[in-house]
Amino acid sequence: MDPAPLPRTNAPEPGARVEAGARVEAGARVEACARVEACARPTGPDARAMRVVVVGAGPAGARCAEMLGAGSAVTLIGAEPSLPYNRVALSKLLAGDVDEADLVTHGAARLAALRVAYRPATRIASIDREARILRTDAGDDVSYDRLVLALGSQAFRLNLPGASLPGVSMYRTLDEVRAMLAAAELGGDAVVIGGGLLGLEAAYGLALRGMRVTVVHAVDRLMERQLDMPAAMLLARRLARQGIALVLSGSTEAIEGTGCVTGVRLTDASVIPASLVVMAVGIRPEVTLAREAGLDIGRGVKVDDAMRTSDPAIWAVGECAEHDGQCCGLVAPALAQAEIAARVIGGEDASYVAAADATALKVAGAGVWSAGQTEGLGAETIVYHDPDGEEYRKFVLFDGRLVGAMLYGETRDAPWYQSLIGQGRELTGLRGTLPFGPAFATPEFMEAAE
Amino acid sequence: MTDAVRTTCPYCGVGCGVLARPDKPVQGDPAHPANFGRLCSKGSALSETLSLDGRLLYPQIDGVRATWDAALDRVATAFRDTIAAHGPDSVALYVSGQLLTEDYYAANKLAKGFLGTANIDSNSRLCMASAVVGHLRAFGEDLVPGTYVDLELADLVVLVGSNTAWCHPVLYQRIVAARAERPWMRVVVVDPRRTATCEDADMHLKLAPGSDVALYAGLLGYLRDAALGDAAYLAAHVGDPAAALKATPTIAEAALLCGLDEALLTKFYRWFALTPRVVTLFSQGVNQSSAGSDKANAIINAHLFTGRIGQPGAGPFSVTGQPNAMGGREVGALANMLAGHLEWDRPDEFAALQAFWGAPNLAAGPGLKAIPLFEAIREKKVRAVWVIATNPAVSLPAGATVRAALAGCDFVAVSDCVRESDTMDLAHVRLPALGWGEKDGTVTNSERVISRQRAFLEAPGEARPDWRAVAGVAARLGHGAAFAWNGPAEIFREHAAVTGLVNNGRRAFDISGLAGLSDDAYAAMAPTQWPCPADGARGGRLLGGGCFTHADRRARMVPTPFRAPAHAVSPEWPLVLMTGRIRDQWHTMTRTGKSARLLAHIPEPVLSVHPDDAAGLENGGLGEVASAWGTAVMRLRHDTGLRRGTVFAPMHWTTRFCPAARVNGAVNPAVDPVSGQPELKHTPVSVRAWPAAWHGFVLARENLGTDLAPWCAVLPVGDGVWRHELAGRGPAEAAFARLGGKLADGGAGWLALEDAARGLHRAARVREGRLMAVLFIGPDRVLPPRDWLISLFAETLSPATRRVMLAGRPAEARAADPYVCVCHGIGERAIRRVIEDGCDTVEAVGRATKAGTNCGSCKPEIRALLAPVLEPA
Repeated sequence: MDPAPLPRTNAPEPGARVEAGARVEAGARVEACARVEACARPTGPDARAMRVVVVGAGPAGARCAEMLGAGSAVTLIGAEPSLPYNRVALSKLLAGDVDEADLVTHGAARLAALRVAYRPATRIASIDREARILRTDAGDDVSYDRLVLALGSQAFRLNLPGASLPGVSMYRTLDEVRAMLAAAELGGDAVVIGGGLLGLEAAYGLALRGMRVTVVHAVDRLMERQLDMPAAMLLARRLARQGIALVLSGSTEAIEGTGCVTGVRLTDASVIPASLVVMAVGIRPEVTLAREAGLDIGRGVKVDDAMRTSDPAIWAVGECAEHDGQCCGLVAPALAQAEIAARVIGGEDASYVAAADATALKVAGAGVWSAGQTEGLGAETIVYHDPDGEEYRKFVLFDGRLVGAMLYGETRDAPWYQSLIGQGRELTGLRGTLPFGPAFATPEFMEAAE
Repeated sequence: MTDAVRTTCPYCGVGCGVLARPDKPVQGDPAHPANFGRLCSKGSALSETLSLDGRLLYPQIDGVRATWDAALDRVATAFRDTIAAHGPDSVALYVSGQLLTEDYYAANKLAKGFLGTANIDSNSRLCMASAVVGHLRAFGEDLVPGTYVDLELADLVVLVGSNTAWCHPVLYQRIVAARAERPWMRVVVVDPRRTATCEDADMHLKLAPGSDVALYAGLLGYLRDAALGDAAYLAAHVGDPAAALKATPTIAEAALLCGLDEALLTKFYRWFALTPRVVTLFSQGVNQSSAGSDKANAIINAHLFTGRIGQPGAGPFSVTGQPNAMGGREVGALANMLAGHLEWDRPDEFAALQAFWGAPNLAAGPGLKAIPLFEAIREKKVRAVWVIATNPAVSLPAGATVRAALAGCDFVAVSDCVRESDTMDLAHVRLPALGWGEKDGTVTNSERVISRQRAFLEAPGEARPDWRAVAGVAARLGHGAAFAWNGPAEIFREHAAVTGLVNNGRRAFDISGLAGLSDDAYAAMAPTQWPCPADGARGGRLLGGGCFTHADRRARMVPTPFRAPAHAVSPEWPLVLMTGRIRDQWHTMTRTGKSARLLAHIPEPVLSVHPDDAAGLENGGLGEVASAWGTAVMRLRHDTGLRRGTVFAPMHWTTRFCPAARVNGAVNPAVDPVSGQPELKHTPVSVRAWPAAWHGFVLARENLGTDLAPWCAVLPVGDGVWRHELAGRGPAEAAFARLGGKLADGGAGWLALEDAARGLHRAARVREGRLMAVLFIGPDRVLPPRDWLISLFAETLSPATRRVMLAGRPAEARAADPYVCVCHGIGERAIRRVIEDGCDTVEAVGRATKAGTNCGSCKPEIRALLAPVLEPA
């Protein structure tokens, strides 16, 4: 293996042991440009241990590697140069709530303690399934006994004229956020294309950084996958109050500019000036490597309940995996899948059961949470709406039982609703106070729950 | 209280002295002989009823503001033209025990003396008329022989048809206090209901409604058989008792008629027989009956027979329901009385009055009593009527008929304090009257004590004393000289002089000794018990030494054969409706309805039903009580205190408070054949659940009226907040939308909670952190209690409160169970439980509860909970 480039800052030196509990210094960048493996690579009996390689150092990959831990020789390979970080918290970085160091989930010391060898900035070019060897795009070979693909998703890039101009960014990686922050320092106008969660997080962060932001969204309401119209209106009002302009049902025709971005032209011929354009119009599972390796692919890499792909030596977890026809887009199921894969590889008999899908988000400072079915034929709804108080709660019942909920504003009681959905209990006597959380449930109801 | 004005409470006939100031709560007057400083809940809240909300402040003609001159011209013209066309008996006055004696006197003088009709009756007809007849028949004069002190000196007090504890609370407190001093003193309550009065009683005779005559006639028979007649008193002062003694049932018959256990009845008879100092206090349960006069006489008979009358601690004691029912009787403002206890059938008295008044047209005989009067209005025999200080459209039985009669009457004038009432709404001319605290005059209480009501407030707007309105009309009719008073003192002197006409001890009611009071002496007059003749003894007990007013100076024992109530129950109308008062309300609530405190006791009209009669009638649901005459809808309450087969409803609620609950619409119009008093306590009815599709309530910072829903009861709850209780039959969603529209206000935002499938709709309007209105609708009557929401109107809403406000109540008070694992929503209690069950590691807890298995950040907390397990003791 080739020596890696020297660390730019604060990353552990090759072979260095890092004290347990040491942190990357606040405000520092989080590249880990060394392989953090020398110290972790065990000798002795472990040298004969099963080699597990996890490709992808996002939350699912890092969790899987962490869980595999001691019993195996684990190598975690990440395409990005940084230490494993919490991608979900990029919005906080953009908004200035945290700095880069806070994003790191698995520092060098922790990885060392877990005996995980970490190879950042390493892209895998191909898999030789027969030989069980990975080839990096730098030409290295990495052998495995078991392989876990945790490749995540690709941000979807609109195929528009001007889409590759400088100043057009995706919103997926730390590097992209760094670029957005750099652009924001110059101020000016930004256009975010996409009014889903990621787009709004980007818009909110950029607005907080002082840019004049316009969100262009193709649908008639924001976050249509999570919110119904009343909740989306509350969110729209909130964003408007924070100075973010919204173009709903707006369709982008082209990115304008020569040399760099100057604006976004919509199909109604209007032009919104912009020195930064962020595309946040969706993600799709990253399946290129798996497809080329000949694994079964649907929308994602198809897996069974053990998260195993069509190759019994290869698992797939997180956003790149397709379980039971579903690709997850949230961190909680991704982590659950990672744990299942780790346990199965470790010899346990474990199955992934998709939990009621819950989405807990913070958008522009407002809580958004939804779980289960949020509409449906024959369903009954209980709706609580306080426009001025910026609260909206919708509950969907079927046969007197809670099957779904959507909260906008205060989401503190979300876990309780999640458990009610899970329990499938009849809510007789509780309907008048359901929107107000467990504190309003009768003692009898709560006793019965326990 | 310095600078306080000594005045008299305007509610019941106890006539308590009150110290009042405009700016402070009233206090009881320690110097007044009725109450010695005590006040009841209603009296204590008088200061809360003095706002000018809803007051009529200027005259109106056909709903349009007018001058007093124009309004009085219109009244005078209507009366003159009607009399000219149809004769004097085509006009009438309907007045009230709320009037001061001076107002009463003026009205009576106008009607009988100068309009030439005796068609002046009073709402006392509903209250006291039977007692009046009882007194007249027995004593020859309408008088109460005893004094309140007798209630304290008695060894046995029998309370008949009187929920004294609620309706005459200060008297009741005097009895309770006396009992504490004199533990041997017994109290017996005779009432078909177990009322609050029974709580401190030694015996409750839960007799069948309307059977009191049998009870007391049976007692008379028992006394006769026990040879307890006071032979000397009978011989000296009572006419032949034979007929009365003959008309007595046996104990067994009485027990059967009363529906009482014979042994219990006998015990009561024995108690009465063996207790010389016995007072029978009776009230509306006796009077409001088709046998009311006979009931009064049956009671009086027992006292006459034993000579237990006019003695310390002994006598029959009628207590009146109104502050000045007695004053009305004294001036003679009832259709069957002339004036000042003068009588038509004593020609010298008639002639004397004619001369004294200078009234050649003096009505020659009795006029129409209340029920026939309104019947005559309906039949257009009476074509012009002036209603003063009462609300017959609500308070008379068969209310719909009364409303229709007034609506069809050629001319209706109404004098009142309030701008809107069921009767006022039907008036052509509205005359603003002074209210309590503004007017000046006298009232007489149940023990013949004349007390001053004095003003301590400015007259509001153009309101005037009623006597001035009467005098104004009289003057326009050309009788100005007879009504040229300069103030109430002058009227009082004239009234006092009337009582002295051809008297010389003939009549007990003689206050001619007060006819010479100066204005100053009148102003300063202390409570004064009549008689007050020019010469002779004043005040004190009467009749102890005989001296009855009948020509032979003897009392009469009137035979009282039992008569069943006018209308019997039937399979169609199987229950007996009784109506009455509740503790904290007064009549039609025009005053007490202003006090949130008073409405807190019983906020809605309640129909009490015995649980065994309540098949299909849910406690707390709405019930419709129906009779052959009408219906009313009220909140149902199961009450084991009722006699089976009876239901009870308060008579207070009006269009302004709950139109559907105007129970008099369902009450039968039967009257006592002699007194003309309606049988308000015995109407055969059926009760069924009122099928509401939805129930709800609105709390708002204004009174939104009673047409919000098919069933609507409104009440103030304090600080300008009004509560509206609602129920309706259509779809809840439509009602919610409609009511939401009524509450809409451009400046305020809405919070809403809707569970359309369950018919549950809630909304609140908030403006600048202040709760403006709340609307709750649900599929059944189980709605959150109102108190907490009402309390929120007083505060600036915190975000936390706002967030949970539509729950309608504060969070459950239980030990907090904070989440340990937020990801999975696992509380500390659940974790402790699995630890107790043997989970001894963080992982085991995780497997059992899922706690700590997602982000893991709660593992330290789980470990802390495990610590006692992990660390060996």
